[in-house]
Amino acid sequence: MKHGGPHPLVMILLVAAVTLFGRVLPTWTLSLATVAASNALIALGIVILARTGNVSFGQGLFYAAGGYGVALIANAWGITDAVAQTMIGAVCGGLLGLAIGPLIARYSGIFFGMLTLALSMVLYGALVKSTVLGGSDGFNVGRPSLFGMIFTDPREADFMLYAVSVITTGLAGIAATILFRSELGLASLAVRENNLRVEYLGISSTRVITINFIIAAIFAGASGAFALMAQRHIDPQFAYWTTSGEFVFVAVLAGYQSVAAVFVASMALELVRSFSNLYLPNTWQLVLGVFLLGVILFLPRGIGSLWIRDRPKRKEPPAAAAITAQKEAAL
Amino acid sequence: MNPVLSVHGLEKRFGAVVAADALSIDIAPGQKVSLIGANGAGKTTFVNMVTGYLRPDAGSIALDGMDIARRSPRNVARLGISRSFQIPQLFIELTAAENLAVAVSGIGARALSFHAPAEAQGRRDKALELLARFGLADLADRPISELAGGVRKLVDIAMALVRRPKLLLLDEPTSGVSAEEKFATMDRVVHAVAPDAATIVFVEHDMEIVSRYADRVVAFYQGRILADGDPHDVLKDAEVRRYVTGGAQ
Repeated sequence: MKHGGPHPLVMILLVAAVTLFGRVLPTWTLSLATVAASNALIALGIVILARTGNVSFGQGLFYAAGGYGVALIANAWGITDAVAQTMIGAVCGGLLGLAIGPLIARYSGIFFGMLTLALSMVLYGALVKSTVLGGSDGFNVGRPSLFGMIFTDPREADFMLYAVSVITTGLAGIAATILFRSELGLASLAVRENNLRVEYLGISSTRVITINFIIAAIFAGASGAFALMAQRHIDPQFAYWTTSGEFVFVAVLAGYQSVAAVFVASMALELVRSFSNLYLPNTWQLVLGVFLLGVILFLPRGIGSLWIRDRPKRKEPPAAAAITAQKEAAL
Repeated sequence: MNPVLSVHGLEKRFGAVVAADALSIDIAPGQKVSLIGANGAGKTTFVNMVTGYLRPDAGSIALDGMDIARRSPRNVARLGISRSFQIPQLFIELTAAENLAVAVSGIGARALSFHAPAEAQGRRDKALELLARFGLADLADRPISELAGGVRKLVDIAMALVRRPKLLLLDEPTSGVSAEEKFATMDRVVHAVAPDAATIVFVEHDMEIVSRYADRVVAFYQGRILADGDPHDVLKDAEVRRYVTGGAQ
């Protein structure tokens, strides 16, 4: 399934089920799942971009843009609504992506990756030196609300954030599934394989990459908003290269073939990190490394390859198969 | 009749190597022109300049009277020149129908859709119709990576035909095809191209193919045009026999 996947209605039901499931989850799992959904959103953007053959090592740039944008607007105008904050984060990330995308889409491969990394580190450096934005310490924001409701019970507040992040990430997943099947989705795979041929077909490969880049930036900005709401604090670490690396880590674990794999990979990573931190506090990074090594060795096309083995082939009747063989032999 | 392609004084140098030396060719609509010449004679450089991949150092290239010498391959394709490649340039992880679907989605000036399925019925029908013209409809859902070299060649040409080009440039359409099948392959190509009545320029090393399918031959030698005219006359030309065909006919 390169551009297949379940029907959007099935996915909507799944998102609703996962959201309601949050009601019975223990509190610690709830916050873990919120972080996993948030990270899955940004990793999904990386996967969308990776379908054009380009990997961004600097998604922290848009993650920070979304987070800082929301934090500044929330503090200046008192906007605390979680949905509004998510949308503001997405717009901030998207606008930055719109400004950078057309320039960066001219590059490919390692140059593309390093440029994104360099830009995120430029933002990091600027944020660290910016006293107005709290320098390296960052600054705090208030508790988020939802449609005028203020959640004073921590469990309810956690569930609200969980629900908003799962629904947003789920809707993004549905949008990505539709995108993968679309003209743009197919053209993205074509660009990854042979961008010059795409140009010879009258399609702008730069435009295809730019659009995917902007979508990834929107997702990253919204993810930054979730991180801000969860922590109620923001600092330059949002733009640091290790933060970006973590999102690439999730995307590599997932592979580029499946939207669902991104969510599974993100949750698996959070669980491994959480449990290894709990039981092996001094060597949890080692466990994480071994986990990634295992996935790369045994599932080189990512966790998604567990259920997407190969392209679906339409069944041919034996006679048709024989004709095909004859035709190929003749050529 | 006004030429569909008009090239005048085209020059291209790569350091000391002269790849195109004051090339001038007019190609009338409906012609089947074969470009012949030894390796390095400048045939592919000519094709690359006409399709916008290389910019000429000097000279003009006009399609239906419009200057296209400084345009990108994308713009040139949109204006009506398509090409196939000596080594098929396909998206090997996609199926034959999907390859055609990518080409179909490039038609017109509209932006690619975010939501319309790439293989919506109209687009798939168009893809299947083109594959059927080449006798490849049965292989529509097979990934390119599973197809034989000759089939890939035909899919590559089918993709070039999607835009219904005014001028179709084929770079060695029968290279890699067995001697027994080369005429059958070329027959398929000519038959498939016929409904669109495109003007065809094909680079070819096989003089049997040239004499059978071309109605005009242009012989290249060291970036210059050595001879240009009726296939029979060009292939009999003493200089062509000496520098290009080596006496083959």
